[in-house]
Amino acid sequence: MQAERSDIEIIEQVLSGDHAAYAVLVNRYQSYVFTIALRYVKGREDAEEVAQDIFVKAYRALADFKGGSKFSTWLYTIATTTCITFLRKKKLETYSLDNEKVFAVADNFDGGMNANQIEQKSKVNMVNRAIQLLSPDDAQVITLFYKGEQSLEEIAQIMGKEPNTVKVQLHRARIRLKEKMQRHFAAEVNDL
Amino acid sequence: MDPLFDNLPPGHEFEEDMELRLWEYIDGLSTDQERSAIEHMLVEHAEWRAKYKELLEVHRGIEEVELEQPSMRFTRNVMDEIARLQIAPATRNYINKNIIYGIAAFFITVIVGFLGYGISQMEWSSTGSDSLVGVDFSSVDYSRMFNNNFVNGFMVLNIILGLMLLDRYLGQRKKEWQAA
Repeated sequence: MQAERSDIEIIEQVLSGDHAAYAVLVNRYQSYVFTIALRYVKGREDAEEVAQDIFVKAYRALADFKGGSKFSTWLYTIATTTCITFLRKKKLETYSLDNEKVFAVADNFDGGMNANQIEQKSKVNMVNRAIQLLSPDDAQVITLFYKGEQSLEEIAQIMGKEPNTVKVQLHRARIRLKEKMQRHFAAEVNDL
Repeated sequence: MDPLFDNLPPGHEFEEDMELRLWEYIDGLSTDQERSAIEHMLVEHAEWRAKYKELLEVHRGIEEVELEQPSMRFTRNVMDEIARLQIAPATRNYINKNIIYGIAAFFITVIVGFLGYGISQMEWSSTGSDSLVGVDFSSVDYSRMFNNNFVNGFMVLNIILGLMLLDRYLGQRKKEWQAA
């Protein structure tokens, strides 16, 4: 059985002319990148377009990847800047913590369901929905820490912040997540 | 002082401090000393145990969240897109350090040349005047300043360099536009 090739090996293969090998990296990281894009861009179609753009940009700049950090850290940095640029260009509505529309959306979301439907929702689904109600920065720091396999130092590099700032932000993001869960999904929280 | 709260910034509320310490404990970021202090608090105080249980549930909930999946065609779309593109040369390859050092040397030489020329033209025996500035600008003959072959040559060189830079910039933009 063939061992899984490392990111660096695949990058060397792509740089030496085997462009098709890049598909391995796309397959490996597509769900991470797509999830990050979804944290910023609230719509699957737009998020997929942004995620595609991220991989194209990474491919174009692949010769600049020096291997000083993990490929995933480098890729997520491109993802973050691409998402922010996309938001600026499109001037999409971002879901800020203090934006009352967020709560209106969430309230309407729950209001349309009956008690049985809410009970049927899984705990995972509830947490996921609560993450979607967070600000992009909060949602991203949680995603990178829990799902992106990134240390606080690596997240700091991706987000262009100090590690201590990221640590505090992660802490506060989780507090806000807990508040969202209690505020909007109280029935489900009690079932946990 | 409690070893758990020695390093916290001022203004933190007790509950927030407790949560921060518990999150560090859950994330495995506490030092050995902090770990044992927290474990002691968990054994001794029901309030800490309740908060720990609450945070651990949130932590496990987040851990179980699955990543979002793009459409089945995602990889193919990316590969179709990059098939039309080339990998850009590494930045370090097209920014040659010798060129940068050459440009720097050129400007330093020009600045030193001007300074040397200016200093050599000064009349050191002059006793100055009562004026604070010491120069009567109305008597300066500006036409003589720009009637010097060296200055004219320098300006022409700068214009040529500027045009070359503009040409490279526009060429690059054209390539990007064609690639898109």
